Amino acid sequence: MGKVLKYSFYDLVRSRWSYIYFLFYLALGFVLLFLNSDLSKAVITLMNIIIVLVPLIGTIFGTMYYYNSKEFTELLLAQPIKRSHIFLGQYFGVAGSLSLSLAVGLGVPFMTYGLLRSNAIFDFSLLLGVGIFLTLIFTGLAFNIAISNENKIKGFGYAVLLWLFMAVIYDGIFLLSLIVFEEYPLDTFSMVATTLNPIDLSRTLILLKLDISALLGYTGAVFKRFFGTQLGFWVSMLVLVLWTLIPILRLKYKASRKDF
Amino acid sequence: MIQITDLHKKFGKNEVLKGLDLTIEPGRIYAILGPNGSGKTTLIKSILGMVLPDKGKIEVLGKPIAKGWKYRKQIDYLPQIANFPGNLKVRELIKMIKDLRNDEGNEELLITTFSLQPHLDKKLSNLSGGTKQKVNLVLAFMFNSQLLILDEPNTGLDPNALIKLKELISKERAKGKTLLITSHVMQFVEEVADEIVYLLEGKIYFKGTIADLKNVTNQQNVEHAIAVLTKTEQDG
Repeated sequence: MGKVLKYSFYDLVRSRWSYIYFLFYLALGFVLLFLNSDLSKAVITLMNIIIVLVPLIGTIFGTMYYYNSKEFTELLLAQPIKRSHIFLGQYFGVAGSLSLSLAVGLGVPFMTYGLLRSNAIFDFSLLLGVGIFLTLIFTGLAFNIAISNENKIKGFGYAVLLWLFMAVIYDGIFLLSLIVFEEYPLDTFSMVATTLNPIDLSRTLILLKLDISALLGYTGAVFKRFFGTQLGFWVSMLVLVLWTLIPILRLKYKASRKDF
Repeated sequence: MIQITDLHKKFGKNEVLKGLDLTIEPGRIYAILGPNGSGKTTLIKSILGMVLPDKGKIEVLGKPIAKGWKYRKQIDYLPQIANFPGNLKVRELIKMIKDLRNDEGNEELLITTFSLQPHLDKKLSNLSGGTKQKVNLVLAFMFNSQLLILDEPNTGLDPNALIKLKELISKERAKGKTLLITSHVMQFVEEVADEIVYLLEGKIYFKGTIADLKNVTNQQNVEHAIAVLTKTEQDG
């Protein structure tokens, strides 16, 4: 797997899109810190962007890379390499290069503004950690969609729909159901619903760590009681790990049964 | 060398291979022929493990290949259409394949043979079809595997390169290697192949030497003999 990963990673790191993605974060970080030199507040603004943008880029990049490297894949399949290693190598190549753009792009401006000497370092690390998780999750989902759809346009469509659902529609349905069922106790329901969507889960995790849960009102108090505890934190991490692992395992399964 | 028993493969409703049995002896050159869509490429891809059979067994060098991948180290493969990652340079591609196979390739001589030196630093997406096919040939011939599988090796080659290709094939034969070749150019087949395997409707319709083929069909010319084979089947 190492060799496939190496070539996919190099291929991507050299590509124009990785640079654009990297430069975007670099510019974003500097602009935010220039306008607002409070690191903690910059972390909150960044969170709102990362939580929507990282999944979008992960899905689009993932599907695009899979379809564009069809030739490379076919070349590899005839070589003495294990099948699962080909696909996992490509997946980690994409997810790795996207994560690198994110971490370095944001890391550089925050470092120059004295991140290491401030106490925002934990919040910032959490933000980066969540960003990397979201990259892994959505690239994985994108690879799954692409391997199951021979038709590029269809695969691309499904991938964008998936992102739209997770980032926008899910919240809409969630809020609607809260209004419709407002007569009933909704604590458990809203907690489970938040945990099930990796985007919502990431947002809640960061908001609670930043200690601005008061903004969330009553729900905030309920959430704080669960997510604010050690147990809540580890349960959330476990859910994120599961969201990462399940697409990887399905990718492995699909790859071992596909004809090329 | 290769032992195939009762191989079945369906793509959706399209049954491509219907119980194919084939034995490939070492040290001979086999030409796999058949009309378009008769399952030649599916057969080759099954041997390589790129297509997974629905039923049947394939053994390469005495070992079943199901779920295996190490046996591919013994096979050099020339794919039908040379599709390479476009953003790589020829030199990088050759280096990459050598690295992936963990093998010291012997590409220098082949690069000279096909006069590819001026193209080494060009990106693959900028090469013409014929040049791509030459790169494809370098990749397939640069290792010293026991078994060579060539899918339409003469596609897009100019006469000069075609002569070089035939020389390469006869060199490999002299080394005692086994070759599987598909081609639609009968003159080429007649020049290089020891045995003909004729596929029709997902089964082996004829297997034997070129002399056998001519005898069976009462023809002096391979092209006509193949035409007769196809025709008798359609009439019957």
